[in-house]
Order: sequence, then structure tokens, then C-alpha cells
Amino acid sequence: MFDPYFLLALLEGTVTAAILALTAVGLSLVFGVMRVVNVAHGEFLMLGAVVAWYVATFVPGPPLMTWAAALVIAPLVVGGVAALADRLVLRRLNYEAEGTIVATIGLMYILQQAVLTGFGPGARAVEPPFDWMIDTPWFGYSGYKLAVVGLAALVLGAVWLFMTRSRAGLVMRATQIDRDMARAFGINVDRVYALVFALGAGLAALAAVLLVPVQQAHYLMGHDPMLMAFTVVIIGGLGSVRGTLIAALLIGLSDGVISFYWSPLLAKILATLFVALVLVFRPQGLFGERA
Amino acid sequence: MNRALALHLIVVAALAAGIFLLPVYHATNLARIMVLAVFAMGYNLAFGYTGLLSLGHAMFFAAGMYAAGLGITLGGWPAGLALLAGPLAGGALALAAGALALRTAGVSFMIVTLMLAQAGYLTILYYTPITRGEEGFVLAQGLRRIGAFDLSQDLNRGLFALGLFTAGLLLSLALVRARFGRIMVAMRENEERSRMLGYNPFTVKLAVMGISGAYAGAAGAAYALLFGSVGASFGAIAFSILPLLWVLLGGAGTTLGPLLGAGLMFYLTDIASSYTSAHQFVVGAALLVLVLFAPRGILGALRERGLKWLP
Repeated sequence: MFDPYFLLALLEGTVTAAILALTAVGLSLVFGVMRVVNVAHGEFLMLGAVVAWYVATFVPGPPLMTWAAALVIAPLVVGGVAALADRLVLRRLNYEAEGTIVATIGLMYILQQAVLTGFGPGARAVEPPFDWMIDTPWFGYSGYKLAVVGLAALVLGAVWLFMTRSRAGLVMRATQIDRDMARAFGINVDRVYALVFALGAGLAALAAVLLVPVQQAHYLMGHDPMLMAFTVVIIGGLGSVRGTLIAALLIGLSDGVISFYWSPLLAKILATLFVALVLVFRPQGLFGERA
Repeated sequence: MNRALALHLIVVAALAAGIFLLPVYHATNLARIMVLAVFAMGYNLAFGYTGLLSLGHAMFFAAGMYAAGLGITLGGWPAGLALLAGPLAGGALALAAGALALRTAGVSFMIVTLMLAQAGYLTILYYTPITRGEEGFVLAQGLRRIGAFDLSQDLNRGLFALGLFTAGLLLSLALVRARFGRIMVAMRENEERSRMLGYNPFTVKLAVMGISGAYAGAAGAAYALLFGSVGASFGAIAFSILPLLWVLLGGAGTTLGPLLGAGLMFYLTDIASSYTSAHQFVVGAALLVLVLFAPRGILGALRERGLKWLP
């Protein structure tokens, strides 16, 4: 028995998974290399969406052009904010685990408040860069959403190439494995950390630019993606990028299907409980290797 | 030794004087601060003394609050019974959550408690027809009395908050000075060594979680009865972070720190919100400043600079 709505739920789930994977890979990278649990990661996504709205509103040109501009500008701006936060706060705490969690909680409130004051409490929409519809025999589906999936896959591929093939990626992985040894080999660990933190935040901002034509920009929009990204990173194994991708697909699809047939709240309750249990009984994650 | 006890009694006497002498607005604030300080004292036993950085204590507060609130509205319980249900619900839930979360440590412990509390919060929202969700519900004045003692009266409210606070304060003072308190600190400072000395870290920490959760639940039930409002926002993540902030500000691992932190933060946000609507900014900046420049908080810093006897 084929149910066309099941296909729709799967499609929606795939879009969620794509956005989630981008967000979570940034979080996972930061945790993997710096051992920092960044509670403010969702706020970087929110900030990216807000920047995208400003670009779409104030840069002249057709939607496709402004959207492309936002794809470049938002990650740069948000990455810059993140690098600044790293230099001013995280480095001074010497990346100590508990201190950085408390500090990023503080950062989360400050960013939220800054956007609330500057951008206002309302949700604002950004026009999609193009609006093709793809017709299936049962329903029409937004072509933009499919493009989001494709773009996310491209970016993730680029991140993977960057991490495994480029010199900067090599340096990052070396720092992840042994910070002191990396320093002994003359690697500027401080700069690597700032770069990784900016890269992680930039990926969240990129996810936001893709997301914002589908979901409006709002100062509290970072909350759910933050928790979802944590879910994905933990289930995939903290610091394992491959695990993160598999988990994003798993969580995105099951979220799509459960929200469709039962309730979005129930999907979230199950996901959060599942995460807690995974951390307790299988701390290396479902796909990670034992540390 | 007795200097410490004298100081605590002076603080209690000063609070009592405040309830009788202050204008109603500030006396009500004081009652609120004392109830929140009970929540913070419970948090301090776990975080300050035992080193358990939980990000999920809002769940235990909300458990006490809803146990009391729903007990009254759905169960028809008298207020006294509802108040007792608070610490029981908070403590029991903390024991269950602790049994899971304490199998992990450090960062994982924080995330597990965060996720469990988030699941609890979402569960409250899921049952919105019963819990009234984010909007919450109000306990009618007539339901908030123990015998002839009407908890919604200003003076009675202050006196009840003072009684609860005093009991919580003296209990935590006795606890941290007892043998068990030393073991708690030993767990914080060096778990491996205390294990070698023959203590079981898991049972000690689980007991602390239970006590801490009971404090939170008692505070939640008292909040519902004294101020008449029950709502899901008391179970949200932000409400888990506030006790952490209060304890960090007042001084983690000091008996009076939670009161000081809760009171200062309450008036800081109160004053800030009369100048600007950006009170979240105050919370965020306070967290950053504390963790960067004063990780020991106010009383912790005083204890380092000479007042060594401060418990």
C-alpha cells in the first residue's frame, strides 16, 4: 500500500535533515577540535537568518541575486562574531569545559537580546530566490526545498574535502588529536581554534540562509535547531563528522514522519529522551568509535 | 564555629524584620526571593558542594509546582498536603533522573540533565489540556489556606516564605558541616581518591541529587501556593540556568551565597528593566563577567580574602 503522504513526510524530513546536518556539522567540528560545547550555536544560526533578511531587504536586485549575496555575507559576518567571541571569552577561559558552557549560555542571552533590540520581536519573511513547483501525481512540491537539499549536500561535501584534503584541515585534525604536540610542531593553536569556531558558526549561518525562505527570521528561532543539533551530534558520536551526517538523516526523517502522523511535540519528546539514553548507555554515540 | 551559626541567625532575623517593616511591594519581593533562594540552595548542594553541574533543575521545581497545583485543582487536596507533595515529587524525580544522569560525568552529565529537563518541559506542553501549558493556571485564593492560615495574605506569605527559607538554610548548614558534607566536598575535589577511601561516589551523588531535587520541589510547591500561579515556563531551560547564575553570583559552595545571589539578581533585573527592556542582556552579561573574572562569586571571594570561617 503506497501512501502519497508518506512520500511528502519523507521529503519534508529530508529537507529538515539537510538543514540539520549543516548546523550539526558545525557544532560537531567545534566540539571535536576544541572540546567546547557551544550552547550559543543556535544563536549563530539565528544571527545568520537575521543577516540574510537584512541583505535581502537592503541589497537591491532580484531575489536570486540577494539570496546568493546572503550566502556569502551571512557566514562571513557570523563567523566574524564567533571569532571575536572566541578571542574575548573562550580563550581567556582556556577552553575549560564547565566555564565555556556557562560562558556560551551568557553569549546566547546577549545575542538574543541584541537581535531583539535591533531587529524587533516580530518574525520576518524572506522571499525564496525562485519558486518552481515540482508536480507529482498527488501534490506539488517546492523546487526550492529540493535545491536546499542539493546545496546542503554540496557544502557538506566541500567541508569533507576541506577537512581531509587541505592543509588547513590537516592542521585542524592534528590539533584535535593532540593540542600540545601540534603546538610543539609550530602550529598556532590559538588561530586554529578561532578559525574552527568561526567555521562552525559560519556553517550554522549558511544553514540559516537556506532555511530562512522556508521559515521566517525570528530572534528565538535558534532554540529548537540548537537542541536538535545537540541531539544529532550526540547520537552520531561527539566529534565524529560521519556519524553526525548519518544521525542527521535518521533524526530528520523520523522527525518528518513522526510529526506528520502523530505530533511534532511527541517527536521532540522522543528525540530528547533518546539522546539522554544514548549519552548514558552509549556515550561514544551510535556510530562513533570509543574514545 | 558558632560565629557561623550566629551569622545565619542574624540573617534570618534581618529577613524577619524586612517582612514586618518593608513596604508591601518590597516585602512581596523578599518573599519571592526567599522561595527562589530555597531553589538555589538545593542547586548549591549539588553544584557548589558536590560539583554536579546540572542544567535540568527546572524540572524538579516544576515537578513540585505541578504536584501541588494539580493536587489542589484536580485532586482536591488541602493546601498542607499539596505543600508536602512538592518536595516528594521533586525529590523522587531527581532520584530517577540522577540514577540515569549520574552514570555520566562532566559535560555529558550537563547535557543529559538538560535533555531530560527539556523532555519534561515538552511533556508539560504535550498535556496542555491538563497543565494549561505556557499560559499556566491560577490557584484561586480560597484554595491557598492551611486551616485558618491564608497564604495569599501579604504578611502570612512573608512569614511562610521565611519559615521555609529558615528550615532550608539551617538544614543545609547542618548538612555541609556534618560528615556527609565533607564527603560531598571530597566528591567534588577528588572523586578517585574518595572512592579509594571507601566511599561510593554514585550513592553519595544520588543522595545529594535527591536532597537537591526535594529543595527544588519544595520551592516550586511554595511558589504555587504563595503566588498562586502555575505554568510551564517554570520548567523551561531558562529556569534551570537561573539557579546556576544565582549560585555563581553569591558564591558556589557557601551556605548564604544562594540567598545573596538570588536577591542581587532579582533587584538587578528589576532595576535594569526600569531603564531598558533588555533584561536578558543583564543575565547574559552577568554570566560572562562572573565566569571570566569572579568564578568564586561574592562570598567565595570574601572567604578567600580572610573570612575563612564562612561556611
